[in-house]
Amino acid sequence: MTRQLTDRPRAAVEPKPAPTPRARWSARTRRDFFVFLALALPNLLLIGVFTYLPLFNNIYYSTLDWTLGSASATVVGFDNYVTFFTSSDATKVLGTTAVFTLITVGGSMVLGLLVALALNSKIRGTTFARSAVFAPYVLSGVGVGLVWLFIFDPGYGVLAWLLRGIGQQSPQWINDPQLSLVMVIIVYVWKNLGYCAVVYLAGLQSLPQDVMEAASLDGANGFRRFVSMALPLLSPTTFFLLITTMLSSLQAFDLIRIMTPLGNGTSTLIYEAYLQAFGAFNRAGYSAAISVVLFAILLIITVLQLRFVERKVHYS
Amino acid sequence: MSLLSPVSPDPAANAGPAADAFDADPGIPPQRHRPFSRANLVQTLAGGYLPLIVATLVVFLPLLWMVLSSFKQPGEIITMDLKILPESLNFENYNIAMTTVPFAQFFLNSLIVTGVGATIKVLLAILTAYALVFVRFPYKNVIFVLILVALMVPPQVSILPNYILIAGMGGKNTLWGIILPGLGTAFGTFLLRQHFMTLPGSILESAEIDGAGHWRRLWRIVVPVSVPSIATVALVVVVSEWNDYIWPLIITDRPETMTLPVGLTLLQNSEGNGSGWGILMAGAVLVIVPILLVFAALQRYIVAGLTQGSVTG
Repeated sequence: MTRQLTDRPRAAVEPKPAPTPRARWSARTRRDFFVFLALALPNLLLIGVFTYLPLFNNIYYSTLDWTLGSASATVVGFDNYVTFFTSSDATKVLGTTAVFTLITVGGSMVLGLLVALALNSKIRGTTFARSAVFAPYVLSGVGVGLVWLFIFDPGYGVLAWLLRGIGQQSPQWINDPQLSLVMVIIVYVWKNLGYCAVVYLAGLQSLPQDVMEAASLDGANGFRRFVSMALPLLSPTTFFLLITTMLSSLQAFDLIRIMTPLGNGTSTLIYEAYLQAFGAFNRAGYSAAISVVLFAILLIITVLQLRFVERKVHYS
Repeated sequence: MSLLSPVSPDPAANAGPAADAFDADPGIPPQRHRPFSRANLVQTLAGGYLPLIVATLVVFLPLLWMVLSSFKQPGEIITMDLKILPESLNFENYNIAMTTVPFAQFFLNSLIVTGVGATIKVLLAILTAYALVFVRFPYKNVIFVLILVALMVPPQVSILPNYILIAGMGGKNTLWGIILPGLGTAFGTFLLRQHFMTLPGSILESAEIDGAGHWRRLWRIVVPVSVPSIATVALVVVVSEWNDYIWPLIITDRPETMTLPVGLTLLQNSEGNGSGWGILMAGAVLVIVPILLVFAALQRYIVAGLTQGSVTG
C-alpha cells in the first residue's frame, strides 16, 4: 500500500537477498546493529549492573563474616545461614513475616473486593470514589506512616480519644510488640486496598454480561449470583492479586521503618535484613544471607505464578 | 508480572474515557420498584451510596486530620478533649519544621532527584522500547526476556550490594548516588514496548521510504502518537521517585543530600515527643500534598499505569 503512495525509487525497498551468512552482515544490517546498541545499551547496562549483579553479589556476601565498612572479611561458607536458621531469630522473623504477609494480603483483597462491588454500580460519584480509595496507594509511605502514628498515639491520638469516649484506655500501640504489628498491618491494608479494589473493579466490569443476566432471569439473587458466578469468573483476577500483593507485602519497608524504627515485633525478613546491615550491628554478611532467604521466597512465588498463569484458572 | 495482568495491557485504552464508564452492572436486578418509592430510595442509599461514602471517608479523614493538625499549636494537640478545627490558620508549625531541619533543601533535593531521575528513566525507556520493536537485532527476544525477569527482581534485596557498589564509587551523600542505581528501567521499557507493538507498521514504512532515519522516525512519529502511554510511564516513575525511601535512607546520612521522606525521618527523631505532632504533620503535608495534587489532576494515567502490574519503578 504505502509503496504506491510514494514516488521515490523502488530500489529502497527491494526485497533482501537470501540471508546467507555474508549477506546478513550487509551494510544496513550492520548499521541497525549499532543503532540498536546505541539506543538500548545504556538502559541494559544499568539494569545489568544494578539489578542482576546485586543478586550474585548478595549470594557472595552471604558467605562472608563481614562487618559493613571494614576492609577485611573471612569466608565462612554457610555459617550465616546456619546462624540464622538455628537462632531464635528465624522463628520470630519468619513468623512475623508470615503473619504480616497473610493478614495484609487477605485484608486488602477481601476489603478491596467489597469496595469494588460498591464501586461497580450505576450511581453517580463512583468515578470520584474510585480515585479516592486509590489515592493512598500513591502516597509516600513515610508521610502516611507519620499521620497514622499520630492517630494511634496512646496519649493524644484520635483513637485514644474515641476509646476514652467509651470508657476505655488506649492500648500501648507503639510499645507492645504484638500491638505494633497489628497497627502496621492496619495502616498497610489502608494504604493498599485501593489497588485491589481498582483491579477487582476492572475484573467485575469485564464479566460476560449475558451470562450474568441469564442467571438473574433464572431467579438467582444478588448474593447467589456473586458467589456462584462472579467469584469463580474472577479467579484469574484473584490469582493475579494474590501474587502481586504477596510480593509487595514481603517487601514492605517504609511503614515499618517509620512506625516502628526498632522493629519491635515488626521485624519481617526485609526489615531484619535492613536492621542487621544498617542498624546497630553492621553485620553485612548476615544481612545478605537474610536477603537471599527473602529472595528465594519471592522467586518461588514468582515461579508459581508463571506456572499457573499459563494454564489459567479460567472459564472462557 | 505486568504482562500477566488481567487488566488491558494498553494503558492508553485504560486511560481513555472507557475506564470511567460505569455502565455495566450485574448487581441490580431488573427494575421492579417505582423509581422514587421509599423502599427504592432507602435501598439505593444503603446499598449504593453508604458503602461509597464510608470508603471515601476512611481514606479522607486521616488526610484531613493531617492537614488540620498541621495548623494546631502544641496546646491544642496536648489536650484530653479533642479539638477538631485549629484555632487559627497559622503556619508556625511549617516555620518550625523548616528551621529545625533544612526542609527547603530536602524539597529541592527531592525535586532534583525526581526531575532528573524521571527524565532520564523515561528517555531510556523510550529508546530501549523503540530499539526492541523497530530496529533489527539478532538477540532481541533474549534481551526482552532478560528485561521481563528484571521486572520481577525485587529491588529491596539489592539494597546492600548496591550500597557497597555506590559507596565504593564515592556516591555516598551525593545526589547522583541517589539517582544512579534506579535509572535502568525494566517497567517503563516493558510498558512502552507493549504499546509500540500496537502501532501500525505502515506509517513507519512510509516514513522509512521517505528517507527518515531511526532517530527522525522515533521523535517525529512514534513519540507523538504514543503520548498517553509515555505520560503513564512518566507519572508512575515520578510518583515512585518522589516516594522512594529505602535507598535514599541508606545512601545519605547528611542533611545536605537527603530527600523529603528521609528528611521527615530526621524531623521525627528531633520532634518525637507529643508536642511535636503538629510539626510532624506539617512535614507530612509537604511530602504528601504534591503527589496528591498530581494524582488528582492526572489520576487516570496513574491508575492505569500502576494497575498494569505491581512494579512501580
